[in-house]
Amino acid sequence: MNTRSIPDRLQSPLERKLKSWESLLLLVAIGIFVANSFASPYFLNAWNLSDATFNFTEKAMIAFAMALLIISGEIDLSVASIIALASTAMGAAAQVGIGTEGLVLIGLATGLVCGAFNGVLVTALGLPSIVVTIGTMSLFRGISFIILGDQAYRGYPSDFAFFGQGYVWWVISFEFVLFAIIAVIYGVFLHMTNFGRTVYAIGNNPTGALFSGIRVGRVKFILFLLTGLMSGIAAICLTSRLGSTRPSIATGWELEIVTMVVLGGVNILGGSGSIPGVVIAAFVMGLVTFGLGLLNVPGIVMSIVIGGLLISVIALPRLWTMWSAR
Amino acid sequence: MSPSDAPILSLEKVTKTFPGVRALSEVSIDLYPGKVTALVGENGAGKSTVVKTLTGIYQPDGGEIRVDGVPVHFPTPQSAENAGVTAIHQETVLFDELSVAENIFLGHAPKGRSGLIDTHAMHQGAKEILDGLGAKIDPRAILKDLGTANKHLVAISRALSVDARVVIMDEPTAALSHAEIEELYELVDGLKAQGKAILFISHKFDEIFRIADNYTVFRDGQMVGDGAIADVTEAELVKMMVGRDVSQIFPERDRNLGAEVLNVTGYDHPTEFADIGFTLKRGEILGFYGLVGAGRSEFMQALFGTTKPSAGSVRVDGAEATIRSPADAVSHGIVYVPEDRGKQGAIVDLPIFQNVTLPSLKQTSRKGFLKMAEEFKLAREYTERLDLRAASLDTHVGSLSGGNQQKVVIAKWLATEPKVIILDEPTKGIDIGSKAAVHEFMAELAAQGLAVIMVSSEIPEIVGMSDRVIIMREGRIAAELSREDICPEVLVSHAAGITEATA
Ligand SMILES: Nc1ncnc2c1ncn2[C@@H]1O[C@H](COP(=O)(O)OP(=O)(O)OP(=O)(O)O)[C@@H](O)[C@H]1O
Ligand SMILES: [Mg+2]
Repeated sequence: MNTRSIPDRLQSPLERKLKSWESLLLLVAIGIFVANSFASPYFLNAWNLSDATFNFTEKAMIAFAMALLIISGEIDLSVASIIALASTAMGAAAQVGIGTEGLVLIGLATGLVCGAFNGVLVTALGLPSIVVTIGTMSLFRGISFIILGDQAYRGYPSDFAFFGQGYVWWVISFEFVLFAIIAVIYGVFLHMTNFGRTVYAIGNNPTGALFSGIRVGRVKFILFLLTGLMSGIAAICLTSRLGSTRPSIATGWELEIVTMVVLGGVNILGGSGSIPGVVIAAFVMGLVTFGLGLLNVPGIVMSIVIGGLLISVIALPRLWTMWSAR
Repeated sequence: MSPSDAPILSLEKVTKTFPGVRALSEVSIDLYPGKVTALVGENGAGKSTVVKTLTGIYQPDGGEIRVDGVPVHFPTPQSAENAGVTAIHQETVLFDELSVAENIFLGHAPKGRSGLIDTHAMHQGAKEILDGLGAKIDPRAILKDLGTANKHLVAISRALSVDARVVIMDEPTAALSHAEIEELYELVDGLKAQGKAILFISHKFDEIFRIADNYTVFRDGQMVGDGAIADVTEAELVKMMVGRDVSQIFPERDRNLGAEVLNVTGYDHPTEFADIGFTLKRGEILGFYGLVGAGRSEFMQALFGTTKPSAGSVRVDGAEATIRSPADAVSHGIVYVPEDRGKQGAIVDLPIFQNVTLPSLKQTSRKGFLKMAEEFKLAREYTERLDLRAASLDTHVGSLSGGNQQKVVIAKWLATEPKVIILDEPTKGIDIGSKAAVHEFMAELAAQGLAVIMVSSEIPEIVGMSDRVIIMREGRIAAELSREDICPEVLVSHAAGITEATA
């Protein structure tokens, strides 16, 4: 009979990893690190470096959930507005004397409710997520504006400050530890579970996934829920770090988060990407903003750099696949 | 007046390689005016690669293409079309949201004096081409509302709408039934009479002997023989193709049917089908025959939960089953191998092993965590039984040849060890040797108690494999035949609705 056997793989997994976008990005990160340490004498200082991580930790927490959502072929542009709404809800609760545990629960719950709202609109009504979340982006922040106007909430309980300002050990901040834990959880979730596999399947071919017996709507709903939850967690950290809430909090973060995800090698059209890529991208973006800050580059130039980064990272992976396909 | 002896189009020592695969090595083919050249070969032999090279989709790595003896380059599909080469591709590329007429004339629509598209002329032209194929399709219909076979007829019409001297057909009759195939034969005869050169790719030998004048045989990307069809027998062709003799006898099997596993009653749909009911026993192979548009696939998709019937109930193992989604169907042990493999069947950008295990992840994982080794094992077990040809199990399904993609999709669903498997055109695009492997595996699983519903437009397959056949016509069950009564003539007459005349 038939004795011909098909090998599992032609390329070893290690070889594939070395040739990946992620390893190129890692080189870029190292390059920026080295350049920064030459450019500024203040860079190679443990406390300065620790401070630099605050540039990306909160955004990266959301970016991990966003990565899964984008891989599945959807997107959530309302994340920064969810932060605003969650922060406002916590601020209002703090005014009436609710304690730290209560505030955390309110922050998480607001995130989940907003995520569920997006999820229902997209999966139950079948609306395109880009439209839905542009709508809820205005809606959620709009509610904050109505509640707060040009006021700000302050007066958070003193132990609430730990989430954004606390250190676990020496220069290692609570936020950084949280970031690392979440990165590992999402990495395992996306790359090592059945659920993660279905996310890729849906992003590559939603019809095919449906015909494979996958509950596509349910998976997408869970992803919106997770993105909302991560926005709630980020809201807790950011509010705690700033110690105050204004309706303009986290303005423009959605673009930085999407930039981070795409820089990490996630295909903006869905279907491919990895969590390690997003982790490296988070460091790259943190290092760039921190480096420019040390060099006293004005804020407007900084946003030009972020904008340029967004465009080039959408173009670069494409050039990269063209090049590596040869 | 005999047609000129000079070939219109020639391929001269053309080579094409993909990473890890030499798809074509120095192949040469000549296409003559007024002649049909059949191109045969196993799945993955390189037939579609030739088509894509001749239509500007792939660039050859070596060799030459000549039109009227003059070397040419086709950097884009448009340039091939301009040189008078048109093709019906195996995996058709059409636009779901456009109308039938727009799909047919996309890129070369008739224009009015204002320079805008002349919609009236376009619909008229589309209607003429469709009528020529005997296809009852409204040119104004939106493509996504059509069934797979009708979409295929639109793709054929699209190729014919180009005024070409060379017409290439890559498995044009896969999934068409006898009536549409007859129309296609007539059309090909018409093209021949107009002096066009035709390259015809098919795995069905009756077709090849019916319409071809010449043949070329490929094996593993090499040309292993060519000549006039009159000088060769089917057995000789098969031997050249496969390198050995292939028995084309359908597997014998013990037909010991078990308990009833599926009972469908009163399935209705507002437009596609009405009053469908039948039972199915363990170990039984139930064939579904009918013409294109008879509603077979539409009914199967309703049974699988992808479309909603307006009425009807299903009992699985005697218990009422509610099926609202494919996930429900799968959990009841009912699975469906769809006809449209590119969109519904496979996830072409994922590796083979991940495609195979996608509906079986519960079996290959532990507590929700993937176990790659188990996945490779399951994928290997089923794909090897189905004679898959692939460089490795982690190559993307999209880089496989059409027939090999089909094997992956069948493997994917057999691996779930279902109670009932619905196969919609299971051997569409599969070569003769592998077809035998698929049939053998089907028979073996049926003997172990698997119940099979086999939708097929291939009469030999229906006759050779079925224990019972249901024939559908215009959305209804026209007849049910038990094993003894199944024969080609009866199938054809019931499907066409001319039973009285032949009785
Ligand atoms: N885009 C691609 N990338 C990589 N390999 C490819 C690609 N297209 C085709 N191949 C490989 O080239 C070989 C020939 O494929 P081709 O599609 O021409 O076969 P075929 O003769 O048309 O088979 P079938 O009868 O199954 O349609 C196969 O081994 C296939 O895997
Ligand atoms: Mg082919």
